[in-house]
Amino acid sequence: MRPYLLSVPAVLLIIGILYAFFYGVYYTVLNYAATNPSPSFVGIDNYRSVLGDALFWRSAGTTLLYAVAATGLETVLGVAIALLLNRSTLIGKTFERLLILPLMIAPVIAGVIWKLMFNPQFGVLNHVLGLGSTFDWLSKDRALASTILVDVWIYTPFVAILVLAGIRSLPREPFEASDVDGASWFYMFRRLMLPMMWPYILVAVIFRFMDCLKVFDAVYVLTAGGPGVTTTTLQIGAFEDSITNLNYSRGSTYMFLLWIIVFITARYLVSVLGKAQRRAAGAGA
Amino acid sequence: MASRFARELTPGQKRVTPGSVVADLAILAWFVFSLFPLVWMVLLALKNDAQQTSTYFQFSPTLANFGTVLSQRGEDLTSVDFGHALLTSVLNCAGAVLVSLVVGIPAAYAAGRWKFRGSEDLMFQMLSFRFAPELMVIVPLFVIYNTLGIFDTKLGMVWVLQLVTMPLVVWILRSYFTDLAPELEQAALLDGYTRTRAFLTVALPLVRPGIAAAALLAFIFAWNNYLFPLILTDSAATTVTVAVTKYLGGGGQAYYNLTAAAALLGALPPLVLALTIQRYLVRGLSFGAVKA
Repeated sequence: MRPYLLSVPAVLLIIGILYAFFYGVYYTVLNYAATNPSPSFVGIDNYRSVLGDALFWRSAGTTLLYAVAATGLETVLGVAIALLLNRSTLIGKTFERLLILPLMIAPVIAGVIWKLMFNPQFGVLNHVLGLGSTFDWLSKDRALASTILVDVWIYTPFVAILVLAGIRSLPREPFEASDVDGASWFYMFRRLMLPMMWPYILVAVIFRFMDCLKVFDAVYVLTAGGPGVTTTTLQIGAFEDSITNLNYSRGSTYMFLLWIIVFITARYLVSVLGKAQRRAAGAGA
Repeated sequence: MASRFARELTPGQKRVTPGSVVADLAILAWFVFSLFPLVWMVLLALKNDAQQTSTYFQFSPTLANFGTVLSQRGEDLTSVDFGHALLTSVLNCAGAVLVSLVVGIPAAYAAGRWKFRGSEDLMFQMLSFRFAPELMVIVPLFVIYNTLGIFDTKLGMVWVLQLVTMPLVVWILRSYFTDLAPELEQAALLDGYTRTRAFLTVALPLVRPGIAAAALLAFIFAWNNYLFPLILTDSAATTVTVAVTKYLGGGGQAYYNLTAAAALLGALPPLVLALTIQRYLVRGLSFGAVKA
């Protein structure tokens, strides 16, 4: 009885939000828009319209590309940085505390900072890199790569500090034992460190991948989805439908489809993580 | 002779080798990339209007931009009252954290101490809030808020920021309560304490560092949120994150130096808080899934 009672306040707050959520789901079967304030039931028309829209699939593709590229780069760089910082040299010790700074800034403010630096005429990047005033970081061909670069700048520290915490919690004995056997650095990295580190890396990958699927803040400030639709991710597409064009039903349908993708992916990844953690715990025991 | 790996896992003296030099240069390269934008923002924020479009590093620094940003009122330049936005952010976030702690601590204790029917589902539900796309609830909330008359109010912001702060508080604190030996409270119960008193006098003080870390991290997350205040506020309850972006549009004219000053002011509180709770960040950022 008691645990239920203790959870009641939290559950009530959740119900408040769930009410809004189901309201949103309800919108998806209406034709509710600013131009149509007295909506009527339209069944699956919105789903048909959204799923038959080339822009939706393009946005889904952009989102997936963004998520895979950003998560991939951040994981590789984050693991590398963790390994390098773990050497605990003077340089590493000096900078370790500063590692998380970009991560703690609001993504939207990070977007503002990079927007100032990306400016072709007055931005510092082209000046420092000697690119001249015609190189446009946010042009049609480069905008998506530039937004991914900003994501990497913000979130690589996230992967790095999680992995670093993992490395520091590893037992030393297996490494010393395999060292006695004359194992190489690469062998120990691949056969000992990576398997033991896997749950930590997986947590970082899950958090990054899930967050990338709903990316909005920094990308919106940097490009607002443009030029054209080159950086229109799913949440930006939904924003345009429901907030810019005031077509609430269509925007909600966009979001609900994204929510389903996110929910299924989260369930799956969390179960993978659970297995990995149990396996790692078993191996450690 | 210890291997490189074993040595790296062991604190102590290191030899300088070609490999270690390359490694030092690599880590230095990362920090140049990582910290340059922040250094540049500081420099840009210290430039006057005439210098703001130059990309040179030498100039005569001035603090005037911070004064301008903080003293601007509605009709000036960007129609942003940044000082007001800063204060509102503090109040919104403090309110959200406070409510999160009051309802979150009991829930975290329940979830950490007992496995009860639906507890895992409840926890997953909260985790899914962490990953849910905000827009899904924002449009209905916009309608609900207007109906209830809490659009553009701090009360409305506090309620919606729960979505950001409560899952964080519950998940982090659950891991702290799970780690706490149940024997401690059982001993108190044997001494004749009530369950509530055992929780308040034994369990709660022991997880105090966790509570502090969770509260500050929740504050940072609420502070950094952008979409909720963007849609659910207008001016009275608008926050720093929304206010900062207004400088980019600045009435058709560019105010790079003011933008940089505003960005710095908006980024400073989370940076300072993060550095104070650095020890607990790993656990917080990973929702307790990684314990450092």
